[in-house]
Amino acid sequence: MAKPMDQYKWHELNVGCVIEEVGNAMEYKTGDWRSQKPIWTDAKCIKCGLCWLYCPDAAIYHTEEGLYRANLDYCKGCGICAKECKPGAIKMVEDER
Amino acid sequence: MKAKKGIEVSIAASIAAQLARVEVISAYPITPQTHIVEHLSELVADGELDAAYINVESEHSALSACCGAAATGARTFTSTSAQGLELMHEILFIASGMRLPIVMATVNRALSAPLSIWGDHSDVMAARDSGWIMFFCENGQEVVDAVIMAFRIAEDRRVLLPFMVNLDGFSLSHVIEPIEFPSQEEVDAFLPPYNPLYTLHPDKPVTMGSYAMPELYTEAKYAQEMAIINSKQVIVEVMEEFGKRFGRHYHAVETYHTDDTDFVFVALGAIGENIKTAIDELRSEGKKAGLVQPRIFRPFPAAEIISAFKGKKRVAIVERVMPAGATNGPLFNEISSLVQSKGINIKLENYIVGLGGRDVLPEDFKRIFTGTVPPKDKSFDVIGVRV
Repeated sequence: MAKPMDQYKWHELNVGCVIEEVGNAMEYKTGDWRSQKPIWTDAKCIKCGLCWLYCPDAAIYHTEEGLYRANLDYCKGCGICAKECKPGAIKMVEDER
Repeated sequence: MKAKKGIEVSIAASIAAQLARVEVISAYPITPQTHIVEHLSELVADGELDAAYINVESEHSALSACCGAAATGARTFTSTSAQGLELMHEILFIASGMRLPIVMATVNRALSAPLSIWGDHSDVMAARDSGWIMFFCENGQEVVDAVIMAFRIAEDRRVLLPFMVNLDGFSLSHVIEPIEFPSQEEVDAFLPPYNPLYTLHPDKPVTMGSYAMPELYTEAKYAQEMAIINSKQVIVEVMEEFGKRFGRHYHAVETYHTDDTDFVFVALGAIGENIKTAIDELRSEGKKAGLVQPRIFRPFPAAEIISAFKGKKRVAIVERVMPAGATNGPLFNEISSLVQSKGINIKLENYIVGLGGRDVLPEDFKRIFTGTVPPKDKSFDVIGVRV
């Protein structure tokens, strides 16, 4: 959005609140909702990619070494990656921010 | 004067949608709306109407399909009654909030239980605060004219709101009336093709029906409220233009013999004809009564009602819906709140009539005029109830 949400006046909104800027969901950092975050024990990781595949927010990315990490701007800490990780390489820990 | 054609009002309503060149229809059959959608599906199947008729398994899906169609920029029509309108209820708010100019013919019918297929206004009154423009018809000609005007009003860039054309089940939908149809050329000149502000199109992707955080929801609903408030000006303009082009004149509030009397009825819809008959009979006996008939119920035509009440001492508000635990019926409550807030001294009485298809005769209105006294323990009187 061109300015923060709480600065829009009613007549500045598009009719029906239509959003014309493509992809502006990226501006909404849903990682703020998180209370836990995933931590990888790389020695246990078999690089199967299940965490990357199952992440409902597409917030897990490949590192250059072929390992996985969470993009904490969007990771909501749901724990699905840790639940699905067969070798147990992912552990959810309290995210103290 | 053009030739009039004797035709069932439901069929006439579907011909009006055809004249409006609707592009998408999605509906689910329900009594007493059935003939409207049956005839539209015939017109599409026979190639006489170039539209997509989307068959669905419920009214919830019918209105959802209409929302999708309207979002792509298609001129969209649907029709329902009673439980069908209630099953659409959730989507009514989606259509108005997304500002989709869908037109719906609502053939007013009682709500179950007990099961009743006959007419009253319980269905529309349960949906009255859904953000739709609401128009009430008294006869078949008005239904045809309203459907054509509805698209012109709803699609106006200053409005962009869904529009409900209300016609009473059976007492209007199933009667055969002499109706004058405008030519296709005349309708085309009055109603240009829909030119949508936004469309769902891959060449220019947009998000519709998105999510509003607490920081924005109030502003979004305020914008919608301003649209329905300001729609009245457009409604009046379109009615005036319609009158000039077609010779039939409509107003936000219609009046009948209100100038020389201090007593008026207020009523919505086809019951107005019975009241006019009663008024004519009373006047032939030298008794002066009048009728104030809101043509639109949403946006509520407050200024026009105030003006019609000038010099009135007693007003009988007649409604086809039970208050359901409210102090009075919804029309009474609107008018009472208006009169109170403007400090107008006028005696208001509330009469409930014609529930679930119960006949209402001119005699009933004559009795109201000559002084039926509402029961002391109630704020409204149910005409004809056996107690």
